[in-house]
Amino acid sequence: MAVIERIPASGLIEKFPGGNLALTTSESVLKWSKASSLWPLTFGLACCAIEMIGTGASRFDIDRFGAGVFRASPRQCDVMIVAGTICVKMGDCMKRLYAQMPEPKYVIAMGNCAVSGGIFCRDTYSVVKGTEALGIPVDVLIPGCPPRPENLLFGIMKLQEKIRKEKRVKR
Amino acid sequence: MSNGEAFGLIKLKIPDTSLEEKTRAIVVPREGILEAARCLTGQGFDSLHNLTAVDNKDNVTLVYHFYSMKKRAGIVLKTQLLPDDLTVESVERFWRSADWLEREVYDLFGVKFLNHPNLKRILNPEEWTIHPLRKT
Amino acid sequence: MDDTSLKEDIGTEEFWVNMGPQHPSTHGVLRLELKLSGETVVDGIVHIGYLHRSMEKIAENRTYTQFIPFTDRLDYLASMNNNLAYVLAVEKLMGIEVSDRAKYIRVIMAELGRIASHLFGITTFVQDLGAFATPLFYGMREREKIVELFDDVCGQRLTYNYMRVGGVSRDLPNGADGKIKGIIKYLRPKFDDLEALFNSNPIFTARTRGVGVLTASKAVNYGVTGPNLRASGVKWDLRKDEPYLCYDKFTFDIPVGNNGDAWDRYKVRMDEMRQSLRIAEQAVLGLPEGDPTVKAGRIFRPEPGETYMRSENPRGELGFYIVSDGSPIPFRMKIRSPSFSNIAVLPDLIRGLKIADAVCVLGSLDVVMGEIDR
Repeated sequence: MAVIERIPASGLIEKFPGGNLALTTSESVLKWSKASSLWPLTFGLACCAIEMIGTGASRFDIDRFGAGVFRASPRQCDVMIVAGTICVKMGDCMKRLYAQMPEPKYVIAMGNCAVSGGIFCRDTYSVVKGTEALGIPVDVLIPGCPPRPENLLFGIMKLQEKIRKEKRVKR
Repeated sequence: MSNGEAFGLIKLKIPDTSLEEKTRAIVVPREGILEAARCLTGQGFDSLHNLTAVDNKDNVTLVYHFYSMKKRAGIVLKTQLLPDDLTVESVERFWRSADWLEREVYDLFGVKFLNHPNLKRILNPEEWTIHPLRKT
Repeated sequence: MDDTSLKEDIGTEEFWVNMGPQHPSTHGVLRLELKLSGETVVDGIVHIGYLHRSMEKIAENRTYTQFIPFTDRLDYLASMNNNLAYVLAVEKLMGIEVSDRAKYIRVIMAELGRIASHLFGITTFVQDLGAFATPLFYGMREREKIVELFDDVCGQRLTYNYMRVGGVSRDLPNGADGKIKGIIKYLRPKFDDLEALFNSNPIFTARTRGVGVLTASKAVNYGVTGPNLRASGVKWDLRKDEPYLCYDKFTFDIPVGNNGDAWDRYKVRMDEMRQSLRIAEQAVLGLPEGDPTVKAGRIFRPEPGETYMRSENPRGELGFYIVSDGSPIPFRMKIRSPSFSNIAVLPDLIRGLKIADAVCVLGSLDVVMGEIDR
């Protein structure tokens, strides 16, 4: 009983009054566990990467949200945090990295450059104007140049919310 | 050593050399760049810390910034290329830093450095055909 | 079976390994192609340009003031220093003299920026060597103090846009000098802690001593500057040799290494942080009164001409070569970035080393892709 009460996804689990029984669907448990252990890809493109590391480091501690396990291999990741300016030369690598990630996969575009090209949008010949311009679908857009760590944490919480509210479990 | 002294030395070797009044930069003709480089290494200018180009529309000016760690003095050398013949001798054999700097100038301006060991694009994708910082 | 016949039986071929652009220890989007024979690096090719944001083209389309925020994004670990280098170049072009208070504030910001950058550089370097997370967490904790101060001063944590041509964007907020003094007092013992943590670690010592030796003549020939050059034993620091701002008023030493190996590059950075603290302390104690802000307009029309101004960044000599044609936008701007020259020496250093040491050498050079590719 005590164990069940401590599960944070209380909305997903129906507890029978007085008894030792809890009722839920496997889908809700799956969604809940997916949202609480998002493993991001270690993928710093530019300035925003420093704030991403800052978020992961001691003061802001991204681990509190279960998203602190930065993996270097895309095959072990759930979420790609695009942190920085995407350049033409990097575009192909980005697409390949996204393709290498196993489903279900999510993308957070961190910072103005990843959202739309940011301050490098105009008068440039080598900058891709945002992650979506590459054909990579984005789940959460975080504006800022660079966004503060709090913003990134908020973005991750929004993504978790989105995962919990998914209609069908992505396969 | 000031620009003036270095100018005197280079002028002995290459008579066409001139001194820009405002910036005190030494301007050598394109053919004399190797001779000037040899002269400068002999004078102890052991560091080429900057090399760039400026597209003035009617010509492309290469700008070399040299420095001597022993004498603690720097000089500026320039040479002008015509837009229809953007070739110049590479100074990579004297200063290894010229390797990447010349590749960058080739990438952005299309200046071909003769006898460069590895003249390929450095910043932009290799298959590109444009030279983005040209003004024409 | 004797040794020779064994060798003939098990022949190994040299092969190419690709490292990057997405790799945890390439500090961004650097790509290395390594030719390996077993684990030994036979040759290496450095590919850059994965973060080429065409800053020099953008500079030709922005006014002098509008370009200041872009300099933040060059070497994003030391944005204050980049701001400073750029405005110094424009001031030299325009012939502007700044007020004493502005100079002192700039020095404080530049030196604290240097400490923040070195803290990050050293701790990520140690992390590359396998000390997962702990040193980085310590380093980031100390760095946060400085970042917080910058946040108070100019409202951003990473890209400050604080310097202006002719001064700074705003005066220090109330109580900032007390806070700076507090940070200096806080940081001084922390450096000893960090050093004790690293120096007493036999793995760290074994993996850095004698690895990736860069001789002084080679360093100068390649145009290597900054702590990497000083680690090779060349006493060359623009703050002393070509003093700008009011660096000639402060007493500080230039740490130099002897061997030019990875250990020396780490050690020089460590000592440099202490010296930076010294400078910042002197500057904050002698902070003059006055108005550091700029009252003039934001659009300048420098006389036609050109200038090259360089200043000592945490990674070396950052130079701006600006050609003006008399209009409010630069005709041509070349950014001579220190990391660009520092990384060019990498293939020479890693030849003959083991692949794990190549990572060590790369980490010890402490490059930032933002300013290599611009």
